Order: sequence, then C-alpha cells, then structure tokens
Amino acid sequence: MPANVSRCRVCKEPAVIDLPRHNAHFCGEHLVQLCNRQMAKAIEDWEMFTPQDRLLVAVSGGKDSLAVWDMLVAAGYQADGLYLGLGIGEYSDDSGGYVRRFADERGLKLITVDLRADYGYDVPTAAVATKRVPCSACGLSKRHLFDRAAVDGGYDAVVTGHNLDDEAAVLFGNTLRWEIDYLGRQLPVLPAANGFPRKCKPLVRLTERETAAYCLIRGIDYVVEECPMAAGNRHLAYKEALNSIEQQSPGAKAAFYLNFLTKMSPLLAGSTAAARGDVGTCGRCGAPTTGDVCAFCRLIEKSSTHEAVPVEFVLDKRIRR
Amino acid sequence: MKVVLRNPKREVELPGGRSVNRLLDDLELSREAHLIIRNGTLVPGDARLDDADVIEVRPVISGGST
Repeated sequence: MPANVSRCRVCKEPAVIDLPRHNAHFCGEHLVQLCNRQMAKAIEDWEMFTPQDRLLVAVSGGKDSLAVWDMLVAAGYQADGLYLGLGIGEYSDDSGGYVRRFADERGLKLITVDLRADYGYDVPTAAVATKRVPCSACGLSKRHLFDRAAVDGGYDAVVTGHNLDDEAAVLFGNTLRWEIDYLGRQLPVLPAANGFPRKCKPLVRLTERETAAYCLIRGIDYVVEECPMAAGNRHLAYKEALNSIEQQSPGAKAAFYLNFLTKMSPLLAGSTAAARGDVGTCGRCGAPTTGDVCAFCRLIEKSSTHEAVPVEFVLDKRIRR
Repeated sequence: MKVVLRNPKREVELPGGRSVNRLLDDLELSREAHLIIRNGTLVPGDARLDDADVIEVRPVISGGST
C-alpha cells in the first residue's frame, strides 16, 4: 500500500472520498456511518418521527430517495415506498425499473400511482396544456398525490429525499425574490395541519455528493441520468452557483441553510397562509387549498382534456429556446 | 486512460498521471458536483490516475424545482 494515499479519519484505512466541508477523508464503512448519523441527528433535532410511526417514502428512482429509504429501513423504521409514474418517456420507464428492483430485492412494500393511467395526463402534456415549465406540473402533481396517498393510507408522515443541496438551492431562489410565504414554510419537518400530512426531510444535513457516494458504497443502483425535463431550470443554476461558492469556501452551503433554520426561520413563523388560517377545502377533491378549487384539480381540468403530447415535443421546444 | 462522462454519455481518451481533482479541473467540472469511480471503485480527490485506468465521472446534481 503506498504511504501517500489519503486515509479515513476514523479508522486510517485507505479513503474512498474526501469531504472538504468536514476537512476529512472517509473509507466506505465510515462514510455510511456518517450518513446514518447525520440522518439520525436531523430526525432527532427536528422531532420528525419515531420508530412507532408508519412512514411513506416518496421514491423517484434517484439516489436521494432510494438512499433515505435504505437508511430508514436499516435504522428500523416502518417505511413503505410510493412511486409516481410521470410519463416522461424512457426516463420514467428507467426510473420505475430502479424503484421496483430496489423494493423487490429487499421485500419492501411499494405503492405505484401513474399520472396517465390514473388521472388522464402526463408531465409533458401538462406542460403544454398549462403553458408552464414541466417542473411546475411535476412538482404540483407530486405534492398533491404524495399527500393524498399518505392520508388515504393512514401513514403518519410523508418522507422525501430532499438533501442539503436541494434545500440550499430553494432557499437561495426564495431569498433572491424575498418570497416570505415560501421562506416561512421551508422547514425540514412540516407538522400535519389543515388536512395536510406531516412532511419530513431526513437528508437535509447531507449533500448530493454524500448521498450519491452512499448509494455507490451500499450497492444501490439508481437512475444517474438527469430528468430531461429539468435541463436548464433555475433550480440547477442555483445549485451550480452554490457549488462554485462551496468549492472556494467549504461548508458555505451548510452554513447558509442550517443557520437560516436556527436564526431566520423563527422570525418568519406565523407569516405563512397556513399559519394565518387561510386554508380551506377544495370543492372538487376535498384537499386543503387557499382557493375554491385546488391547483391540482385545475391542472387535471386543463391537462386531461388536452391531446397527449409526446416527450420529444417538449424537449425540442426547450432546446430551441 | 478511458474517461466515461454522462449527460450525455460519452467516452474520451486522456493521458493519466494526474489526480482526480486535476482531472475535474481540466474538464472544467465542479468537484462538488461529481464523484470519480476508478476501475469500479470510488476514489478521493487526491488519488492518482494512471494511463491504464477506466474512469467514470459521475455527476451527482439532480432535481427539478419541487
């Protein structure tokens, strides 16, 4: 063994990854330990859930959602999966395959909802029908259907794989526009209220590089390719900007987001629509909403009556922009 | 060494004799946004790469605006 190889901070065996924000290298075993400890700290610090709770994990086939499902099961939590078929061509076919294999190999329960089969539309069609970016229809569909599945299934909480990079990028975007309502509810756990289930993000203390490395070390196959609909979106541009800062100043992303939670969030409590008690019930589906009809029902109304749009049409349109 | 890149998937041939971090800098890729897998094994930023290595540059950034 060459003497000059970098070594794990914990056991001094050869390292597989350097984490500048921790000023340390780790071997595979101790990177997994670090990830598990960071998740446990997030769950404890923000009182997300207990081992007695039934959890519904929103899984996409990507590294973060499969990593959080794997970590939760390994830690002894009762966690079922929910996969939403978005109808994004081959990307959705591949993503669904990764999720099904993960669940099958571990004997885990997986619930599947398909936008086209169950609601009469898909993300490319919704993007064209609503004249908005695909991520808008995708995010709206996910939030509504994850909430509904959790409430209908009697789950205690919805768990998502949002990581530190996701949260820092959203915080960056909301701060650029001073979106006070969004900033007020950007928390790692949102309690059940007004018909919404509890929502938890146990990976907010881990970066994407760390969750990807976790999957590699644990042998978790995930969809590596980026969603073709997301290419060029603002969220990715914010991540790129933050990573540029992080490379110059390791730990900057964690300080930006985690200090927001401790120093700024308490000042914004009570400023959201939910906190003001402005939430009513959708006249069509009964979901919580601030209007007469919820955004998801309005999305179905526009999209399910629209002629199906092939994914290539939306991609070509985005490339030409 | 053979270097496999993603999004879109492609291969390029580059001389070895450089570190992982140097390779990412030469490719103008963010160290924060990528992992390097050498001959099937994850390696840290200061690992030296050789001419005979097969390298995968794996991007880790994902996500829409949900």
